[in-house]
Amino acid sequence: MPRLIRWRDGQAVWAEDPFTDVDDDQPVPQGDVIVSLARFQREGRTLLGEGRNLGVRLAADEAPESLIIDLARLAVVCLAFPKFRDGRAYSAARVLRERMAYTGELRAVGDVVLDLAVPVLRCGFDTVVPADSSSPDQWTAAARRFRHVYQRSADGREPAFAQRAKGEMSEA
Amino acid sequence: MYRYDDIDREMLADRVAEFRDQCGRRLAGEMTEDQFKPLRLMNGLYLQLHAYMLRIAIPYGSLNAAQLRKLAQVSRTYDRGYGHFTTRTNLQLHWIKLKDAPDILDELAGVGLHAIQTSGNCIRNLTADPHAGATADEVDDPRIWAEAIRQWSTFHPEFSFLPRKFKIAVTASPKDRGAIRVYDIGLRLHRDDEGALNFEVLVGGGLGRLPHLGPVIRERLPVRHLLSYLQAILRVYNRHGRRDNIHKARIKILVASLGATEFARQVEEEWSLTDKEAVDLPATELARIRAGFAPAGFETLPPLSATFESARAADPALARFARRNVLPHKHPGYALVNISLKSIGETPGDCSAEQMDVVADLAERYSMNEARVTYEQNLLLPHVKLDDVPAVHAALVDAGLATANIALISDIIACPGLDYCALANARAIPIAQDIARRFADPALAETVGELKIKISGCINACGHHHVGHIGILGVDKKGEEFYQLSLGGSAEDDAALGQVLGPALSADRVAPAIDQLVEVYLRERREGERFIDTFRRAGLAPFKEAVYAQAH
Repeated sequence: MPRLIRWRDGQAVWAEDPFTDVDDDQPVPQGDVIVSLARFQREGRTLLGEGRNLGVRLAADEAPESLIIDLARLAVVCLAFPKFRDGRAYSAARVLRERMAYTGELRAVGDVVLDLAVPVLRCGFDTVVPADSSSPDQWTAAARRFRHVYQRSADGREPAFAQRAKGEMSEA
Repeated sequence: MYRYDDIDREMLADRVAEFRDQCGRRLAGEMTEDQFKPLRLMNGLYLQLHAYMLRIAIPYGSLNAAQLRKLAQVSRTYDRGYGHFTTRTNLQLHWIKLKDAPDILDELAGVGLHAIQTSGNCIRNLTADPHAGATADEVDDPRIWAEAIRQWSTFHPEFSFLPRKFKIAVTASPKDRGAIRVYDIGLRLHRDDEGALNFEVLVGGGLGRLPHLGPVIRERLPVRHLLSYLQAILRVYNRHGRRDNIHKARIKILVASLGATEFARQVEEEWSLTDKEAVDLPATELARIRAGFAPAGFETLPPLSATFESARAADPALARFARRNVLPHKHPGYALVNISLKSIGETPGDCSAEQMDVVADLAERYSMNEARVTYEQNLLLPHVKLDDVPAVHAALVDAGLATANIALISDIIACPGLDYCALANARAIPIAQDIARRFADPALAETVGELKIKISGCINACGHHHVGHIGILGVDKKGEEFYQLSLGGSAEDDAALGQVLGPALSADRVAPAIDQLVEVYLRERREGERFIDTFRRAGLAPFKEAVYAQAH
């Protein structure tokens, strides 16, 4: 079973991936599967009716809003990073988490490397399939490197302005 | 000025530690240049023609004396004893060694300076009206809002990998001193009929290959919602901006292709779905930032200073400096003093470490510990007592910083060009120097009056050539440097893009052509007309004829 990095209780750990990623031209095997948006729109109800865990992968130009109806029944949503410089998935992730209240697994796939740890985790992803040889320990360290953040995002971290309002930090 | 608190300082310290680790891995060979490149760019470190270049952010162009002294010390210790101020009010050091970069950033962090987001496809360093806090025509201090945006945009997780770089400018006056119509987002503060503060929001301006003036997408945005509205704009852009072609990736292309009305509709729709309270700063935080810019220590003075008046009556050089470089302040008895970095024959925007130290001393002693950088690549002392102007002038004369040419023909904007830049097609600096030498006589320059020449060494337009009264664009013609002239551009309230004059000229013909253009203007001008006014009335024809007639 392929491995992925899972974020759990503020720490990254290795995890097994129980899902099979199914291409559009392949038949759907038994067990938990991840399919494309197009296939999900055609066969999603049937697949969900078979009592298995189902995931959908969205290409970078596909809108998370297209999952609105069945979102609560999905076990995983994968968002694609075709290049690490392509930041569309960050917006999609925040929309899923903050606007559509998605609480299932949100997976970053594609050209996802250690140096993206901060934005990936801050935008609400909780699993990644790293494209480099990075380890969970490195991801944990990268995520902890910055003691503060300046803005709210999908990770729920308290921004600087809220810390200041509580008087947690002293003025210069 | 806003002062960093512990949170701001720890943000910088954490960033420096991260970059030191990344540089260490690169120098140890654990990372390839390809892997390292995006990381160093996020810290303002470019690899240029001859060496690494470090672009240091100067948020909204504001510097205190300690910061300016630190820039001087860094340029002396790690570079060749000078720096280059840019049209985005950054300071570039052009001769940096990679191994020194973490130490430099560490030193800068000690005075609250950094190179964060001075490169890459993210929200870049903010610019604001250089006259903020000193000009009578502003409705609020734009730096308060620029600082709010600075914090919000720093390490923004959603907007660190936009389709392309993203630049925001803020002004609070009817008179545009921030070129806001050529920014990705231009923000102009104004008061509505009830006296409430609002932003006029312009989106999709920009220069480069396909210049656009930004249209207004919202006339009145209540100021408390600034950040949530910016998030909505950025999200629409991040999701829908083009990523297939680097030349069509700026937001101006998205706005132009959708049309301003449709783009505005999408932003409004996104904004209507936004949890504004989660994004917008609470009133307490805005008040905290505002307090950082509170005017302090202005004395009640008579509007005229006898000291200043008698000194300038006795000294023609001071009189000229006062005419060209000194501007009225909102507090009686004070003035804004412009410091030109365009002394004749030098590189526009360059400043030596010694000069930075002099300006730091003057800022500390005479200008409430503050200096500014302007997008026209000059410096400014915002709060000088008229009584002190003669002393400031004398010190500037000694430092070679008293050139009295603000807004005149020798006050030229020029990018570093092919002398430094890996992107350039042609040199910009020698062209600027040639032109300035021809108008070295200050009386001649004053006779010609306001004339803004802007030179870019390539189509990326870092020298703002599209919006120069005379714009000069370096092009490559079969390996030779040629220059295309355009007339009639402006970056101010009367913003306009210049019109191409004719076929590109060889380098040695550029300065003579400027002479010819000026001759036409002096011949054709009517009472009170600036160069650009005459051009707008008389059109391109007489200018074109003068420059190209001899070619027949």
